[in-house]
Amino acid sequence: MISLAVWRNPRVAFGILVVLTLTIAAAGAPWLSPHDPLEQDLLNSFQAPAWSGGDAAHALGTDSLGRDILSRLIYGARAALIVAFVAALFAGLLGTVLGLAAGYFGGGLDAAISRLVDVWMSFPSVLLCIVLAAVLGAGLHTVVIAIIVIDWTRFCRVVRAEVMVQNSHDYVASAMTIGLSSWRVLISEILPNVAPLLLTLFTLEMGIAIVVEAILSFVGLSVSSGVPTWGGIIQEGRLYVNQAWWLMALPMACIVVAVLGLNALGDGLRGALDPVESR
Amino acid sequence: MNALLDIRDLDLCLNARPPVRLLRRVSLAVQPGQIVGLVGESGAGKTMVGRVVLGIAPANARVTGTVVFDGRDITHLSERDRRHLLGREIAFIPQNPMTALNPVERIEPQMTDVLRMHLRMTRDAAHGRALEMLREVRLREPEKVLRQYPHELSGGMRQRVLLAVAFACKPKLVIADEPTTALDVTVQKQILRLIKELQRTSGTAILFITHDLGVVAKLCDHVAVMHGGRVLESESAQQLFAHPAHDYTRALFAATPRFDRPGGLLRPIPAALTRRLAEEAHALDSAERRDRA
Repeated sequence: MISLAVWRNPRVAFGILVVLTLTIAAAGAPWLSPHDPLEQDLLNSFQAPAWSGGDAAHALGTDSLGRDILSRLIYGARAALIVAFVAALFAGLLGTVLGLAAGYFGGGLDAAISRLVDVWMSFPSVLLCIVLAAVLGAGLHTVVIAIIVIDWTRFCRVVRAEVMVQNSHDYVASAMTIGLSSWRVLISEILPNVAPLLLTLFTLEMGIAIVVEAILSFVGLSVSSGVPTWGGIIQEGRLYVNQAWWLMALPMACIVVAVLGLNALGDGLRGALDPVESR
Repeated sequence: MNALLDIRDLDLCLNARPPVRLLRRVSLAVQPGQIVGLVGESGAGKTMVGRVVLGIAPANARVTGTVVFDGRDITHLSERDRRHLLGREIAFIPQNPMTALNPVERIEPQMTDVLRMHLRMTRDAAHGRALEMLREVRLREPEKVLRQYPHELSGGMRQRVLLAVAFACKPKLVIADEPTTALDVTVQKQILRLIKELQRTSGTAILFITHDLGVVAKLCDHVAVMHGGRVLESESAQQLFAHPAHDYTRALFAATPRFDRPGGLLRPIPAALTRRLAEEAHALDSAERRDRA
């Protein structure tokens, strides 16, 4: 039933397709990529993509050191997906736990958590990233931690508000009055009602994380060019944009499509998972 | 006879700025097996009385006075002790059947939770008992209902499910907070008949909170009239409807349409009366403050 509803919605179908492609690319990078992404071939640098006069051996052209762009993009998908998934997962966990506690128990706990979120969000996030990078050193793990540290507030706020809405419904009072413990009411009554929202947030957050990873790579706070990332490829391509437009355009297209796909998926899944909406 | 539920001088104050006093020395008794109506207009505090008994009063409420249930003071019970009581001995029928069931859970677990927790039934036994309960509340195709989600049921069907849950453990007391207000009139009548029937077979006492005098006349043994957080009059139903003592009760009757006297004029509750009641309440409040000072 759910699978049918999902495929009938073109946005969700698009989202699933994108996420599937990304996952396959990330998982099968060593087998799918036609070349080693680090293999330099200085005689064949700046080759245009195959369709605009390049060599068929490098379908999407080569960069300044003659490395194969397609292979680098495929390996870049791997970095992007790992960062997006891990960062969104832990930001979601942290934010959800605090949001549930704040929204459900209210009172002083809510005030404390809410103020913490306010203060946290008023701190410039780019500055926070640079500080983190200085402390932890540049690398993918820094990017992941930075995203978790910055974006848990997003989950916390939304979950808190939603829990408060659910809390005012009679079914919560009913659950209390049949003698369920407040802990159980929170986990088995309220949480499932917040879950569709969480799923949407999670996919949105994955999209945001991909963009943030690209930004941090671009400013050089992520990994060295030894590990190909989309942001890194953009940053290297920036220098040669007048000679080789594809160096920047192709990874940017990857980012745009990935983020669009994730957003569409989250939106559609929320509808499909809600028993009221999926009617 | 010892009352099953004995509420004495119940006072409830919301810690807002300025503090709001919602209940003023409310006293009320429910005898075993009796149906007691708690009547009043919106904001009279009748729902709050029910919430205090159930222990789900708002977090910022300060409660004084005593609530004695079955010889035991339950005013300030710990959460653990209250959990043993709720669902087992005291059950609740909420006002709005549309939001009273968890929208993302099927009916079965929502019915069997209470059985498995309080009566320690196995999954299969609880399933069988749930089917039986649904038949008792006259729902057709109980097997199908158990597999459905709340939004697939009509308002009347949901209220029947909630009735079944409330009476599942044969509680001594059921608190019904306007259980028929959200339903249309024909369904109301069926639900009321069902409540009466369930009450008779289980011997449960009911605290029936409502603003519908017609329902009270049909259902209740004893009636308490509330206004502005005070109980103005508490009488047996017969006595109250034959000889209403308080001006407000009389005004309430005059404002209610009646089938046996169609075409009779309806008089709104006079503003002078409500003003007088508000002044009385205010005078009581300041007198008490003086006493305490």
